[in-house]
Amino acid sequence: MENRARKLYLIPYVLWIGLFVVTPILLVVYYSFFDLNGNFTVANYEKLFTPVYIKMILSSFWYAFLITAFCLLIAYPAAYFITKSKYKQLLLLLIILPSWINLLLKAYAFLGIFSTYGAANSFLEAVGIGTRQILFTDFSFVFVAVYIFIPFMLLPIFNALDKLNPTLIDASRDLGASAWITFQKVVFPLTIDGVKSGVQAVFIPALSLFMITRLIAGNRVITLGTAIEQHFLITQDWGMGSAIAVFLIITMVVIMVVTGTRKRGVQ
Amino acid sequence: MKKKSLWPKVYLAFVFIVLYAPIFYLTFYSFNSGGTMNDFEGFTLDWYKELFQDTRLLIIVLNTIIIALLSAAISTIIGVLGALAIVYMKKRAAKNALLSLNNVLIVSPDVIIGASFLILFTIIGIKLGFTSVLLSHVAFSIPIVVIMVLPKLQEMSLSLIDAARDLGASHWDVLSKVILPYISPGIFAGFFLALTYSLDDFAVTFFVTGNGFTTLSVEIYSLARRGISLNINALSTLLFLFTILLVIGYYFITKRNGRTAGAGGGNE
Repeated sequence: MENRARKLYLIPYVLWIGLFVVTPILLVVYYSFFDLNGNFTVANYEKLFTPVYIKMILSSFWYAFLITAFCLLIAYPAAYFITKSKYKQLLLLLIILPSWINLLLKAYAFLGIFSTYGAANSFLEAVGIGTRQILFTDFSFVFVAVYIFIPFMLLPIFNALDKLNPTLIDASRDLGASAWITFQKVVFPLTIDGVKSGVQAVFIPALSLFMITRLIAGNRVITLGTAIEQHFLITQDWGMGSAIAVFLIITMVVIMVVTGTRKRGVQ
Repeated sequence: MKKKSLWPKVYLAFVFIVLYAPIFYLTFYSFNSGGTMNDFEGFTLDWYKELFQDTRLLIIVLNTIIIALLSAAISTIIGVLGALAIVYMKKRAAKNALLSLNNVLIVSPDVIIGASFLILFTIIGIKLGFTSVLLSHVAFSIPIVVIMVLPKLQEMSLSLIDAARDLGASHWDVLSKVILPYISPGIFAGFFLALTYSLDDFAVTFFVTGNGFTTLSVEIYSLARRGISLNINALSTLLFLFTILLVIGYYFITKRNGRTAGAGGGNE
């Protein structure tokens, strides 16, 4: 009887895995081998290696790299200072809170702030630089993306730093290491797993952003995500869209293997 | 021993100002009678009034909430069953396979989930609209529920179950009187996260919603593409307050349930 009940638990869950995890991936792979007229072809993959697409892929990677690097640069010190603070939990909650606010609203706020007469330009005017075109530039795109992803970079780094045994730092300092050497040789290596999960949590979504590219970058920036969205919803070329999606999935797997995830939380 | 430096405080203050400035900027201009997000002419509540008279928008809000509650409830049920199934699994290889498959949708970018679901629904002939959006939200929420419930199940001592069985409890009694109450903090956390994932989702919904049906995120996107309108500011302010209420509610629920079950930002 017990066994039967256990099998029953499994049914809806396995159905979900079959229908919504395995099938969609297989369908994307399947569709990537068809052209617009429904003929079997590898042309979509050949197109992926033409200069136009290679340029798009490289620029997408470059932007994702920039976004991840800035997130790391800003989030690591912030996470470090938060672990040292008396109000650690409250500060952490305050960092997480904006990540729960609808992404669209945050992007929309920047439409106002970066507009020609918006707050950012008033500030530039006040310090004597003068009004600039900020919206629809690479800068605004990277800035907004960093803004959105910071909590996702900060959280894993915070967890890693929080678990760090403080006596190790004291030991290192007592043995004569400077603050910088201590950071370099003790703190950073011991929190590298947090950094890796943070990089994962930012780099892959940054490759696949598509909403911000339209709203903030005004179609100047084409990421892999934007390309997929265009092929699926605008040009209706599902085959090409799927081929890019397959490429993105492969990239994702490679990144996860390189940044070496261990299964967390579950044994 | 160490001298207290001012830099950490200044740095953190700067980060927090940058994080919160856009939100307050939006809120501030929602009271602007001038109609732009640049110069504040005078205080008004007109944008809020307009918002509440916009029946189309109110229906969209209602749709969004219905989708969120339904998808969170369904995914919580399937997710809890899934977590139980994983824990009961005897073969280690099968267990690990299930866990890896479980995490696929968590790590997949939204665009890929959206695009692949679009193909799926088109092939099996589900009309794009309410059903397709609900199914997708259930689908991407299930793994989060599993992740939140599993640790609770794993820390539960097996002797509790054995004791209940020895004392004559039926299988159903063990589940409803021993296991479920024990893992309830995990279930709450899972339900709450599923709720916020559904409310927040833009990308997946954008792909699988047809012409007739939209959720709030998709609607805000199409409004924002047309440019600035202070209605959206008023709407954001209300959503922001709502989010804070949800977070406070969640905080108290987990607090009351004893230990907090790893809150927030479940983006792995």
